[in-house]
Amino acid sequence: MLIVPCPNCGPRNSADMRYGGESHSRPDPDSTPIEEWRNYLYMHDNPAGWLKETWYCGSGCRRYFTTERNTVTNQFREPAINYPEPGGSQ
Amino acid sequence: MTTSRLSSGGAEIDRSSKISFKWNGKTVNGFEGDTIVSALAGSGHQLVSRSMKYHRKRGLLTADYWDPNCFVQVGDEPNVRAGHRKATNGMDISAQNVWPSLERDMKSANGLVGRFLTPGFYYKTFVRPQFLWPTYQKVLRTFAPGGAVDHQSQPLYFDKRYTHPDVVVAGAGPAGLAAATAAAEAGASVLLVEHDHAVGGHLRWGSDADRDEAARLEAAALAAGVEIMTDATVTGRYDHNWVSINQRSLHASVERLVKARAKVLVVAAGLVERPYVFAGNDALGVMTAGAARRLINLWGVKPGTTAVAMVANEHGDAAVADLEAAGVSVTSVVDGRNGEFVSSTTASKGALSSVTLGDGSTVDADLLITAVGWTAPTSLLNMAGDRPAYDETAARFFPTKLPPEVIPVGGLVGDGSTAQIIEHAAGVGRVAGATGISARRQLQAATTRAAVVDGAEPAIPAMPEPLGRDPHPELYRSDTHGMVDYSEDVSSKDLVAASKEGYDSVELMKRFTTVTMGPSQGKLETVNAVAVLAEARGETIEEVGTTVWRPPYAPISLGALGGRIFEPERVSPIHPWHEANGVTTILAGQWIRPDHYGDAQAEVTNVRNNVGIIDVTPLGKLDLRGPDVPKLLNLLYTNKWSKLAIGSVRYGVMCAEDGVVLDDGVTAHLGEDHYLMTTTSSGAAAIWEWAENWLQTERPHWQVHVTPVTTAYASINIAGPKSRELLSRLTDVDLANEAFGYMRVRTGTIGGVDDCIMWRIGFTGELSYEIHVPSGYALHVWEHLMSEGADLGIGAFGLEAQRIMRLEKGHFIVGQDTDGLTKAPTAGIGGLIKLDKDDFVGKTELSTLDVASLPVLVALQPVDGSVVPEEAAQIVLPDSNDIIGRITSSRFSPTLNRSVCLGQVEPSHAAAGNIVTVLLFSGERIPATVMEHHAHFDPEGARLRG
Repeated sequence: MLIVPCPNCGPRNSADMRYGGESHSRPDPDSTPIEEWRNYLYMHDNPAGWLKETWYCGSGCRRYFTTERNTVTNQFREPAINYPEPGGSQ
Repeated sequence: MTTSRLSSGGAEIDRSSKISFKWNGKTVNGFEGDTIVSALAGSGHQLVSRSMKYHRKRGLLTADYWDPNCFVQVGDEPNVRAGHRKATNGMDISAQNVWPSLERDMKSANGLVGRFLTPGFYYKTFVRPQFLWPTYQKVLRTFAPGGAVDHQSQPLYFDKRYTHPDVVVAGAGPAGLAAATAAAEAGASVLLVEHDHAVGGHLRWGSDADRDEAARLEAAALAAGVEIMTDATVTGRYDHNWVSINQRSLHASVERLVKARAKVLVVAAGLVERPYVFAGNDALGVMTAGAARRLINLWGVKPGTTAVAMVANEHGDAAVADLEAAGVSVTSVVDGRNGEFVSSTTASKGALSSVTLGDGSTVDADLLITAVGWTAPTSLLNMAGDRPAYDETAARFFPTKLPPEVIPVGGLVGDGSTAQIIEHAAGVGRVAGATGISARRQLQAATTRAAVVDGAEPAIPAMPEPLGRDPHPELYRSDTHGMVDYSEDVSSKDLVAASKEGYDSVELMKRFTTVTMGPSQGKLETVNAVAVLAEARGETIEEVGTTVWRPPYAPISLGALGGRIFEPERVSPIHPWHEANGVTTILAGQWIRPDHYGDAQAEVTNVRNNVGIIDVTPLGKLDLRGPDVPKLLNLLYTNKWSKLAIGSVRYGVMCAEDGVVLDDGVTAHLGEDHYLMTTTSSGAAAIWEWAENWLQTERPHWQVHVTPVTTAYASINIAGPKSRELLSRLTDVDLANEAFGYMRVRTGTIGGVDDCIMWRIGFTGELSYEIHVPSGYALHVWEHLMSEGADLGIGAFGLEAQRIMRLEKGHFIVGQDTDGLTKAPTAGIGGLIKLDKDDFVGKTELSTLDVASLPVLVALQPVDGSVVPEEAAQIVLPDSNDIIGRITSSRFSPTLNRSVCLGQVEPSHAAAGNIVTVLLFSGERIPATVMEHHAHFDPEGARLRG
């Protein structure tokens, strides 16, 4: 079980978290060609090395955050970053 | 009878405390402190088991946990390691997989045809013809090794523990004890784990001075505050030093799986003595020098009368001295350091009778000990990413590259006197302690709410000078062939044959011959196997390389892995009433829910005729507040929400981005910027997360606050033609159809309880009110409903009745009638998919679907209404078993007095009126009619709108 660095709660067991996979923004469905949309949905980079990913600290602060993990060594690279505060300006 | 109990000696037995147990029905005597094997050997029993493939006679080889020949049945427990398990009074022990007896085993005929049982024999012989596979399986299964499982055994209790020490030390020999003590003295919290029953490692079966040293080290460790766990194995090292420990010999639990988050793992696994490969190396009376020393020094057992000793190190010299002190006549010492070796043995009735040496001379003996070198059990290092390298001078593997939080000590890293090994390990222990404390402090500092970080930041000392490496002769195989893997009956000849057949990489050879795949898991045989392969290929051991040791280090019982389950059970606040009223419960996720109160069919009829109430508290409930809630609802649901008026509820379906149905439920507009969303009971937690995900990651500028209120409210559905009359007796809210119509919501007082929410929906197809009551008052409201409804014929109903009624109405259940591939149009909710909305989750995929190609969820009625098909029964073509769909829900409807089903079928067979064939589990084929509507009952919905 990994220790995942939550920006709010500190390092916690990954059992406290939900893995959100590779971080990427959702393209606008109306203006995005279908091939590009399918790439977003199904085709992930899956690198052997550093990967920016999303985690959800479900048993702690309940915030989604991004961090970088090395998929070969399972090292995490600081810092972990919260998504913006809800209700903030766009 | 060549083994016997000495009249004195044996450091770990208590001669004043006698025990006795049954061995194959006969009484065996021993002492407190004996293992099963030492007690057997002390009583003259040399024969312990029959080998797996050839059923050869086998006796003790190593007399410890790894002994491949010492698996026995103890009562109803199979595969007990007799070399490790302590003997206790009254045990009922027997040999495994022998018939009719251990002494006269009929299957030893296997040995006669041994020359046919070459590697790959089973693969090659039983592959054709295919139609005989079931027969082969039946016959071969009777040859399966191992003990017998008693299916009548009572379930046992297995425990779990979580711990967070600064340092875990695996192995409590001199190096492990010294490292643990030094780390603890540096201020670290230390857990020291020892595989065997006592600490001290090889000092235990050494001289009296060695044992004194072990006692001194143990006392120092205890004084330093080290937690010592004996008869416990560090079975694995996982990412971020997550260490699993299997603890045995407990009072309250059979075994305990300890999960430790070690800041530093010190590996002090010691060295495992390697057997020597030669013809007849599995005769009774051939054993490792370590086995002889343990028998003599720990348990006071004389391992034989006339011995040959093949020794290549100081440990072997000490064993010879032990034998002589025990009164064994050592007639020949074969010194491996001088190039001398043992070539073969002869046996009489399985027991050693003479030994032929490398020079051709033959010596009579009933005991042959070998001290030919060591295997470094680098498993835990492998699990940390190390790929050990072979050193031909020292004749063993050494670690190469490890992360800083995993540090080996002792025999794994070098040689030296006990004092040198202790000094080195203590130096490593100081580093491990300081590193562990520092890592713990970093973890504390990174936790924002930890106001205080314990203690001061330690200075991390330099690593001690590495230990030296003593030269050791490379002794693996003699000039003859013999057993390499005792537990799998794989000989060096088999390995050479496998190599000739092309299985000449170490990983392929292992899989083809099963060498190292038995219960010893390579501890004894891996390096011998690699050496034999290297010889066959004409290469060095370094070039051949070794297999990778993976977890677990030692087998863990499934009970320990399953263990104690920490998942909570949840009940609604109304649960006490259910229990007092004859409920039969069903476990749904974590919830214990009422399934029925005796007769689900009668509960259905009562709802249809009178009124019933059901506890639906687990229904997921999310309180949504903020000006942007309609935007959120429009995004998550496939239908439109902007115009939902205050006081109304609407049904919606959620999809994932791939268009697969995710969840469904009703959401109510309670007030300005205030909604209450309900989800399926099973989806309550996931949908909360789902909503948060969209709000936090993709739409952070939206002003919506989500609060889960699933358990803040208890939920009760009041259903049936008399439900309005019943509820009107408890509330002053106007329930008239014109004032409070179908799909409307009101808030008010029920039974004196304020702030209740009630809405009209119709899962059961009846006039019904779903009420959400503050949890603390739920039991009161429930009881009030029961008493007020007495004259209306009220009855409680459970999940089963609700499932029947919703099926009569054709309402699908997400996850029951849909699965992980069911796109929204299949579920028949095409009208709820509003592709003209700006955006919603799943829109793109749903827009591009070829809807006409999707399976269709349809209502089905078996032509013979008395037949209730099984759920998951396949729907097939009329004249073949080609699958075109399946039954997803099926019940007998008391309302219609016939069976009713929902099922998914291919679109070409989904037209109303079509007759499809349902293949029952029995093999019987029955016809069923595709219905026009999902609802079998009241398709117009007149009842629920009334």
